[in-house]
Amino acid sequence: MNELLRVEDLTVALPTRSGYAKAVDGMSFAVDTGEVMGIAGESGSGKTITALSLFGLLPHGARVTGSIRLDGIELTSLSGKQLRAVRGRQIAMVSQDPATSLHPILPIGTQLTEHMRHHLEMSKEEALSRAAGLLETVRIPDPEQALRSYPGQFSGGMRQRIAIAVALAAEPRLLVADEPTTALDVTVQAGILRLLDRLCRERGMAVIVITHDLGVMSATARRLFVMYAGRLAEAGPTSELLARPRHPYTRGLLDALPQEGGAALVPIGGSPPSLGQVPAGCPFHPRCKYARPSCTTDRPDPERVAEQHLLACPPDPLRAAP
Amino acid sequence: MSDTVLELADVAVEYGRRGQRLRAVDGVDLTVARGEIVGLVGESGCGKSTLARAAVGLEPLAAGAVTFEGRAVTTLGRRRRPEFLRGLQMVFQDPYESLNPRRKVGEIIADGARLGGGSRADGLRQAAELLERVGLPATAAASYPHEFSGGQRQRIAIARTLMTRPSCLIADEPISALDASAQAQIANLLSGLVDDADLGLILVSHDLSVVRQVADRVAVMYLGRIVEIGATDVVWGNPRHPYTEALVAAIPQVGAGVLPADLPGDVPDPANPPAGCRFHPRCPIAQDSCRQLDQRLAPVEGREIACHIRSGGGLP
Repeated sequence: MNELLRVEDLTVALPTRSGYAKAVDGMSFAVDTGEVMGIAGESGSGKTITALSLFGLLPHGARVTGSIRLDGIELTSLSGKQLRAVRGRQIAMVSQDPATSLHPILPIGTQLTEHMRHHLEMSKEEALSRAAGLLETVRIPDPEQALRSYPGQFSGGMRQRIAIAVALAAEPRLLVADEPTTALDVTVQAGILRLLDRLCRERGMAVIVITHDLGVMSATARRLFVMYAGRLAEAGPTSELLARPRHPYTRGLLDALPQEGGAALVPIGGSPPSLGQVPAGCPFHPRCKYARPSCTTDRPDPERVAEQHLLACPPDPLRAAP
Repeated sequence: MSDTVLELADVAVEYGRRGQRLRAVDGVDLTVARGEIVGLVGESGCGKSTLARAAVGLEPLAAGAVTFEGRAVTTLGRRRRPEFLRGLQMVFQDPYESLNPRRKVGEIIADGARLGGGSRADGLRQAAELLERVGLPATAAASYPHEFSGGQRQRIAIARTLMTRPSCLIADEPISALDASAQAQIANLLSGLVDDADLGLILVSHDLSVVRQVADRVAVMYLGRIVEIGATDVVWGNPRHPYTEALVAAIPQVGAGVLPADLPGDVPDPANPPAGCRFHPRCPIAQDSCRQLDQRLAPVEGREIACHIRSGGGLP
């Protein structure tokens, strides 16, 4: 498959009261066309900031270093105007909360056709008829009527499907879905995951799924990146990572999940560090039961431990674990 | 059961909407005993939060009765809440909204003691103990809610309910607003409290995996009615109502690597529920009779389901 997106050594520093703090620290990854890639981690791990940096939509004053190349075009050096031609057309985003990503007092039809008329220079009639088709794709009943309706007239699940339709309007090559189903019921979630899967297979669209739900990851993503405190903890094929996690943090995320047979949930003790207060050495060491003295001083970089498997944990305490 | 603390009998709750009566909860029977966790699950709009609020007297009943320790739960109104209801407490979904941001944590928790006639100093002393019981340092009492994370705030909200020594807690989506690791911590905390303090707990959640983990019994709601109820492992291991089957199949499994099964359609408008079985328009095994026959819970294989097809009124 062709490589669509390559992110190299991405670092994003955000202004805080006590100076700049790194929200993303040296992330590298690539996404192929038609591929679903997952980024997992707790809130505050830098997942969303990584996503927003692809769109140049970071908070005011953010400093970005490293490289983001979409089809060979360096996005970090584009002007605002040049970036607008990419946003919505080449890459599009679905965010967690459909209540905030849709404009409450514009009819659905207007929001759906905006991208088509701007990027694809379609006439209003042409765009509206295609918009109705899109709504049918995401299974909104009575699309003609829906085009004239407002977001408030739909349920949460339907609004999220409409938000996906808006993101798909200009047929982007890469869709970034940030917790797309977290606020939804499992039945609606299943429908949306199936829809995304179908779009990847039929249109060769690539998807980056960002979620803390490892069940959703397992169902959708072929490769999985686990982030902690803005850094890569572990990356590899999803099935391998979830079956044989090597990083203690990945292991911890798995242990916190409800298990077959009703064993007690084992939460990871403590909470993730806040911005600007990332501990020295391995950022996970204060919560890690395998931590050694070296972990408190040496900052681990991801190393290749197997074909396609990256691990940022030099002691590698889970290597021999069954 | 003799140690039943809370009993809901044929409970119905109605809201008015554009001049129409909308029955959000329709004829629900549910009990919870001391030391028992009852999970209440269902999609948004199924009435589970309304039922939870009705159970503590925050919504007026259109029909039926709620009984707490043998006495009727009256709806909260202008009058002072009856003393005996102090044993029935509620934990809300969003700890960012349920705690007063301008009051110190200790004061918030001590309210329960003061309203029960205790002194302020007494309340603050007990607040410190309760904070430790929910896994926070006693010094947290001197801080304000904004100084804590979502999981810690939910612990504070739980400590507040414990001040009145409740015998029954109703928790409405207590972990939905929290991070994954905090979710496990709060679920463990609630389940530990139920054992230690011999509480009854109704746990309302759309997160089926957590309910499965901690609940002794589970009730599945659809459009204002319970469609399946029984011991958690029985219902989960082998769901018999078609709706429960669809719900369980829709949960993505870690390691399965396959897409979860889809349940087409949306929950119908509760102001205009389908006739007969309310699930029939989305049901894969629906027959003509489902359009007419109102469903009642009937025992099937160790649990109760509201499906006459599966409970013997038609083809299996």
